[in-house]
Amino acid sequence: MTDASINASTPRETEAGFGDYFALLKPRVMSLVVFTALVGLLAAPAPVHPIVGFCAILFIAVGGGASGALNMWWDADIDQVMKRTRGRPIPAGRVDRGEALHLGLALSGLSVIMLALATNIFAGAFLAFTIFFYVVIYTMWLKRSTPQNIVIGGAAGAFPPVIGWIAATGSMSVEPWLMFALTFLWTPPHFWALALFMRSDYDDAGVPMLTVTHGRRATRTHILVYTVLLAVFSLGAAFSGIGGPVYLTVSAVLNLLFLRGAWRIRGRDEAASEADNFKIERGFFKLSLLYLFLHFGAILAEAVLKSYGLGGW
Amino acid sequence: MSLRPTHELHRRRFGRNLGVGLVLAAFVAIVFGLTVAKVQRGDFERPGASSASQGGSGG
Repeated sequence: MTDASINASTPRETEAGFGDYFALLKPRVMSLVVFTALVGLLAAPAPVHPIVGFCAILFIAVGGGASGALNMWWDADIDQVMKRTRGRPIPAGRVDRGEALHLGLALSGLSVIMLALATNIFAGAFLAFTIFFYVVIYTMWLKRSTPQNIVIGGAAGAFPPVIGWIAATGSMSVEPWLMFALTFLWTPPHFWALALFMRSDYDDAGVPMLTVTHGRRATRTHILVYTVLLAVFSLGAAFSGIGGPVYLTVSAVLNLLFLRGAWRIRGRDEAASEADNFKIERGFFKLSLLYLFLHFGAILAEAVLKSYGLGGW
Repeated sequence: MSLRPTHELHRRRFGRNLGVGLVLAAFVAIVFGLTVAKVQRGDFERPGASSASQGGSGG
């Protein structure tokens, strides 16, 4: 046996497990993609065969996961700096950057082709555009060059319900774009609240978050402005084809709580926030998770009620 | 006693291979299920084929 053959059979110290490759797909983000795409698919006014619907959601999720892998490939350098992302497979040394790139590209191609075959070409093309938008426009171009990165990145995360709708109907209408607006306008207050109490992370990585470039006072004002815009669109959706009394009730309560939180964040100064370890900001961040989940849950409830002859106006 | 004791890394590699195998098997099952669903829905019929079979002038 030669030295070369011994080396070839010896596994490297950073041998990755299956879970490490799965972690590249950002499973938590994928769960949001699955849920919002499912709501988009079920709220659409076209019946979908259960297996076709399952495949549509699965391949939209795989496309979202592929974007995550490509994002981790590109952002490996800043992921190493930030506490929150240091344990990811690439900065932790368990997976090579090249592997993440190849996995991301392979899954992107697979998900787009399979979604087009399972549903329609329009849905496949829109998924391809979403992956391109998230990886090239957001991750490669704007994330490190503008403090509006979160606003633009939010668009990529807001596309899944639109793709779900197109997968079911093969066409576009106002309702999926209202669902898009819901996630799109929700993203900035959600992430800026996080940036307020995780500031050293983004500072250390040199990512131009609004807190760094325009100051924390401006960030608090921006959170309030986006929350007001979000309230207008989310309440407006109650009177569209995806809305109804259940949605209106849920949305009214959540928007009141969310606006109250944004108002309180706007009124606080840094000393007060640091004194209670950003209690209001942390509470607002947690509420934001519930806000999006319950809004889409209410849209889903309206769709289910409609199938029983109830729901809607 | 085995001449090549199983290293922890070999176990991890086996787990990875098993995972990939299961994913591929699931993918085959999904494509099969999707094909059955589409055939049942008539997605693969030529336009007008159904009306022709019913005595229409389709085609």
